[in-house]
Amino acid sequence: MLNPMNETELAEEVRGATGPLLVQGRGTKASVLRPVQAAQTLSTAALTGITLYSPHELVMSARAGTTLAEIEATLAEKGQHMISEPTHLFGAGQSIGGLTATNFAGPRRVSGGALRDHVLGVRAVNGFGEALQFGGRVLKNVTGLDLSKFLTGSFGTLAVITEVTFKVLPAAEEVGTVVLRGQDTEAAVAAMSAALGSPFSVSGAAYLPATRETLLRIEDFASSVEYRCRRLSAQLGGADILDTAASQALWQDIRDCRPLPQGEALWRISTPPSAAPGILRVAETLGLEGMLDWGGGLVWLTGPADTAAHAALCRAVRQAGGVWWLLRGPEPFRAAVDVLPPEPPALAALRQRVAQAFDPRGLFNPLKLRAA
Amino acid sequence: MKLLDPKPEIMARQRKIIEGLRALLPQRAIIADHISLKPYETDGLSAYRQMPLAVVLPEDESQVVAIMKFCAAEGVRVIPRGAGTSLSGGALPLADAIVVGMMRMNRILEINYADRYAVVQPGVTNIAITKAVEEQKFFYAPDPSSQLACMIGGNVAMNSGGAHCLKYGVTANNLLGLRLVTLTGDVLEIGGKHADAAGYDWLGLITGSEGQLGIFSEITVRILASPEGARAMLVGFSANEIAGACVDAIISSGIIPVALEFMDRPAIHACEAFAHAGYPLDAEALLIIEVEGSEAEQTEMLGRIREICERFHPVSLRVSETAEESAAIWKGRKGAFGAVGRISPDYLCMDGTIPTSRLAEVLRRIGEMSASYGLQVANIFHAGDGNLHPLIMFDANNPESFGKAEAFGADILRLCVEAGGCLTGEHGVGIEKRDLMPTQFSAAELAQMRRVKSAFDPDWLLNPAKVFPLC
Repeated sequence: MLNPMNETELAEEVRGATGPLLVQGRGTKASVLRPVQAAQTLSTAALTGITLYSPHELVMSARAGTTLAEIEATLAEKGQHMISEPTHLFGAGQSIGGLTATNFAGPRRVSGGALRDHVLGVRAVNGFGEALQFGGRVLKNVTGLDLSKFLTGSFGTLAVITEVTFKVLPAAEEVGTVVLRGQDTEAAVAAMSAALGSPFSVSGAAYLPATRETLLRIEDFASSVEYRCRRLSAQLGGADILDTAASQALWQDIRDCRPLPQGEALWRISTPPSAAPGILRVAETLGLEGMLDWGGGLVWLTGPADTAAHAALCRAVRQAGGVWWLLRGPEPFRAAVDVLPPEPPALAALRQRVAQAFDPRGLFNPLKLRAA
Repeated sequence: MKLLDPKPEIMARQRKIIEGLRALLPQRAIIADHISLKPYETDGLSAYRQMPLAVVLPEDESQVVAIMKFCAAEGVRVIPRGAGTSLSGGALPLADAIVVGMMRMNRILEINYADRYAVVQPGVTNIAITKAVEEQKFFYAPDPSSQLACMIGGNVAMNSGGAHCLKYGVTANNLLGLRLVTLTGDVLEIGGKHADAAGYDWLGLITGSEGQLGIFSEITVRILASPEGARAMLVGFSANEIAGACVDAIISSGIIPVALEFMDRPAIHACEAFAHAGYPLDAEALLIIEVEGSEAEQTEMLGRIREICERFHPVSLRVSETAEESAAIWKGRKGAFGAVGRISPDYLCMDGTIPTSRLAEVLRRIGEMSASYGLQVANIFHAGDGNLHPLIMFDANNPESFGKAEAFGADILRLCVEAGGCLTGEHGVGIEKRDLMPTQFSAAELAQMRRVKSAFDPDWLLNPAKVFPLC
C-alpha cells in the first residue's frame, strides 16, 4: 500500500509508478462498480485535515483523506451542512476524496443538487505526476474548462484527487415530514411529483413500498416548516406530520438505505421519476426489493446477484431512459456484468481519448467503470 | 487582443467553400454578402470586430451535422453563435471562419411537468422557457441580465449565471442533458431526463466550455416550481465596508436570500436615473435583498433581515410593499448596464469573483486604480456569491482611452485572482480574458485543459483564439 503523506509525495509515487494503481481514499467503497486488478494500492488516507472553513463565505476545503465524520461535525458546530447530504451507506469514515470521486448524493439531491453541483475546486495529481488545481474557492467561477466538475464522479480513473473545496449551506432550523399512507407506487410517484411541483420547496420525497409510506420533507425556519407541511398535507391527504427529531432520524435511514434488507447485490438507478413504478414492477418479478427517493428519480434495489436478473433489470432501466450503478455484489459478479450502462461507440472513443489526456499510461483504477 | 491570422489556403478557397455550403444547405441558411454579414462581425464585446467568411443558420440537427463534417473535412474554423450577447467576445468571428448561428433552431420540443424538465432547441431565448411554463407556475431559474435576448445554447456554452443563482445555481446546476454535435459529425447524447449521469460528468465538462468542444442541437433543462411570491428590499449604507459586513451578517445568521445584490454610489446614481426605482442617492452602497415564499413567510424573513441590517445603521431602508415596487427595484438592477451606457456610451463590463470577505478591500483598490487610470468605474456585484461587475467607462473614439480601459480591467482581474478569486464568474473567458489565463492557471493546468480540448477537436477548429492563450 502506497500511503503518501502529502501531495508532493503522492505525485512522486505516480511518476515512479511502473504499473496500474488501485486508487482509493479510505477504502470504504471497494465494493462499488468493477474490481480493480492492480499490483499496488495508492491511498490518499494520510492526506487529512480541513484546510479552509469560512462559514460566512459558505466554503470549506479539505484534503482528500479527511473523513465525512470530521467534516460533518465541523460544519455542525457552525450550524451548517453539506448540501448534497452524502449517504453513509459506506460509513462515516468515508473520505471527502472518495465522496467526490463517486458523487453519490442523498435525499436532498432532489432540490439541492449533488456534490458535483457544489464542488468549487479540486486539487489532483494526473497520470503525468503533475499536481494541478482546477476551479478555486469562490462560489461562481467559469474560468476555463470545468475539470473540477469532470473529476467529480470519475471514480479515481482520471487523476488522484488530493484536496476538495465545496460550497456548504446553513442547516435548516427545523425539519418536518408529511407522511401519506397506503399509496401504491403510481399514486406515490404522482403525489411526490405534485409535491415537488408545488411552491413549498420540498427537500426530500421518498416512497417505501414495504410499508406503503410516501414521505415528503420540508427544511426551513420553524414557521415555514409548520406552514408548508400543513399546506402540503391538506393538498395531498397526509396522514401524519413528523417533527424535527423524528424527521431527522427517518431521513438518515432513507439516506443510508436502511429500510431495505442487506441483499447480496445493491443497485442504484437514476431515472425520470414517472418511469420508477415500471422499474419497480420489473424488479419485483426478478425477486428484488426496492425503495424510491428523489420523488422516484432514484430507485434503490437489492437482492440476489444473478446475471440474468441483472441483464433484465438493465434492459428495463434503459427502456425507461435511466442509468444504473452496481454498488455491491460478489467480485466475480461485478467483474462479469455491466456495472454501468454501456456507451455508444462514439462516446466510448471520446472517453478513451479524454482518459488518455489525463492518464496516458492508464495507471489509475483500470477497468473500474467498464471492461476493456 | 490578437486574433489568429487567417489561413491563406482557406482565404484562397473562399468562393469554393461557400459553394460547398450551398450544396449542403438551403439557400436561406447561408449568408455570404458583405451587408448581411455585418451584424455578425461582433457580439456583446463590441470593441472587437471581425467579418467572418460566411454565416450559416442551420434549421435542424442534420444540417448542423452536415456543417460540422464539411468544416472538418475542409479544415475550416467554426464559430458557434447564439444571440451574440457574449460580454467576453465568445462569438467573435475570424476572417477565415464560418459562424454557425443557432437562432433558427428555436423550438420548445417537450415540456414535462411531472418529471420537471423541458427539452428545447439551442436558439430558444432564456426568457422564452420561463414564458412557456409560467402558466403552470414553473420557471427556468438562471436569469442573466440579457435574458430577453440571450439563447439557451449560449447560456450552456458560457455556463451563465444571473441575479438569482445564489439560491438556484447557475446553468450547470439546472441542466439534465443535451445533444452535442462534434466536429466529426457524431451526435452524442449527454445525460438524459433524470438527475445523475452514470460515468463521467460530460454535461459538467461541456457546460461552460465556450464552444470549444462542439455545438448543441438540443438541451434538456430542469424547470422548477415557482415560489408563492417574492419581495425585495433596498438598504442603503454610508460605506462599502459597512454594506459588506452586513452581507456577512445576513449569511452568518443562516438566511440565504434568493438574491443579494450590491451597488456602489456611481452605479446607484446611474440606475436610479434610468429606472426611477427610489434608490437612495445619498448612500455610498446599496443592497437589494429578495426573499421568496408566502406573504407571511416573506414578511417574517424580511423582518429578520431588517433587524440585521439595522445593526449596521443604514442610511435608508425600504421594504417593497407590492409586486410593482419589487419589479421597479429589479428594473434598475437588470437595466444597470444600459443605465451606465447612458452616462458613458462605451464601457467594459468586468466579471471577476472574489471571496466575499475581501469585498471592501477589493473595492478600495479598484477605487485607487480608477483614480490612477483617470477612468470612472461603477461597481455592481452579486454580493452573496462574490461575483463583481465593475463597469469601466471609456471613450471608444479615443484609442488611448480604450487601451487604458483594457489595462484597468486586466488589473482588476489580476486583483481578483490575487484576492483568492477568479477571472470570470459568469461571462466566460472568451477572447477578452484569454491572455490573463496564466495568472490563474499554471502551465501544466492549461496544458491539461488543452489536451482535453484536443480530444474533442484535434485540429483546434472550434472557436479558436478564445479561452486558451495563443501558443
